[in-house]
Amino acid sequence: MEYKDYYGVMGVKRDATQDDIKRAYRKLSRKYHPDVSKESDAEEKFKEVGEAYEVLKDPEKRAAYDQLGSQWKAGQDFRPPPGWDAGFEFRDGGFTSGGPGFHSDFFEELFGRHYAGARPEGFRRGFRMRGEDHHAKILIDIEDSFSGAKRSISLRVPSLTEDGHVVARERKLNVSIPKGIRQGQQIRLAGQGGQGLDGGEAGNLYLEVQFRDHSLYRVDGADLYVDLPVAPWEAALGTSVKVPTPGGKVDLKIPPNSNQGRKLRLKGRGLPGKTPGDLYVVLRVTLPPADSEDAKRLYEEMRDKLGFNPRANIGVS
Amino acid sequence: MARNHEAEPIELIDEQTTFTLFELCQSCSVEAETIEAMMDYGILEPAGGSGRNLRFPASSLRRTRVTLHLQRDLGINLAGAALALELLERIDELDARLHIFEDPEGD
Repeated sequence: MEYKDYYGVMGVKRDATQDDIKRAYRKLSRKYHPDVSKESDAEEKFKEVGEAYEVLKDPEKRAAYDQLGSQWKAGQDFRPPPGWDAGFEFRDGGFTSGGPGFHSDFFEELFGRHYAGARPEGFRRGFRMRGEDHHAKILIDIEDSFSGAKRSISLRVPSLTEDGHVVARERKLNVSIPKGIRQGQQIRLAGQGGQGLDGGEAGNLYLEVQFRDHSLYRVDGADLYVDLPVAPWEAALGTSVKVPTPGGKVDLKIPPNSNQGRKLRLKGRGLPGKTPGDLYVVLRVTLPPADSEDAKRLYEEMRDKLGFNPRANIGVS
Repeated sequence: MARNHEAEPIELIDEQTTFTLFELCQSCSVEAETIEAMMDYGILEPAGGSGRNLRFPASSLRRTRVTLHLQRDLGINLAGAALALELLERIDELDARLHIFEDPEGD
């Protein structure tokens, strides 16, 4: 089990006041809130901060944690000494974030059993027949949307063990990705949410789709963008070239006098759907290096014969 | 109910999909009053219907959940959540645009 440096996580000193800790928590929870933050590990960080705050905001837990000593380093292998918590009294505290079942092993070992009987989110008081709806995000590739796909996903579901502990259980699901699905859209899997009570029907599972970054394509709604490097003479004189699309290579005519950044539209070659998206090919003029006598001579000839001033419209030459 | 590994039926929630007030309450585990309060702040805007038959656009599910998270985790009130949602959507738009026009050479 790895030792957790809760003071390090919160960025405060070991002698920080409760107010310092509260302020640090508010700042960090805004920074790493998974609905707000753009950082890829935001959710993990948010949970880590929530766990640290859960311990440090509570004077009894903080004192018990402090008692382990300051010689430990984050990530160091750790076993609590026997009787480490003798003489401490823990009240039942609320959960700050993430819900139970998602604490680190370190937290569970130190404080976990004091929460025996805590219920995962979803087990609300009162009588409810139907199971709750569950929500999760899945990452897919652009190609999965382009042609539809079957994907195996695994979800972490909080569930109760026999002795009342909450653990995260892995659940595998095979999901058909509907053709043409876009970033941020959801799919509903009827009956795959929480179990119903007393024979009630199960809730639904909602999966929100996000695309992985792609080496070629960028996506905007149903439209795709691809960069196409071209030589200066191809852009200037026009030509016909092959372009990659998720559905295979297609021929594209580059009109003469095309410039850097010109967007050429291939209608209906974006993500499929009732109104299929378009594929935009963005020209990137790529210069051959002047690394040989021949190349230098050609550039010099252009300079001498073309009389071209690229800065004419900013009034300098 | 039997759960098999093959999760069917699958339903795509696209721009044409709407949620009833009941469905929205059910899928976010909230009471109708919570939804009404979010409507008062412009966080949710019905796409049609009235009273019990209100219908909400597909984006409402996400907006409701983000609002609930912001309230619970950061102590933000409804006015603040409405502003945060607008700013977050604006950032998403700008990010998408930036991403499209980004120079792949990266300078």
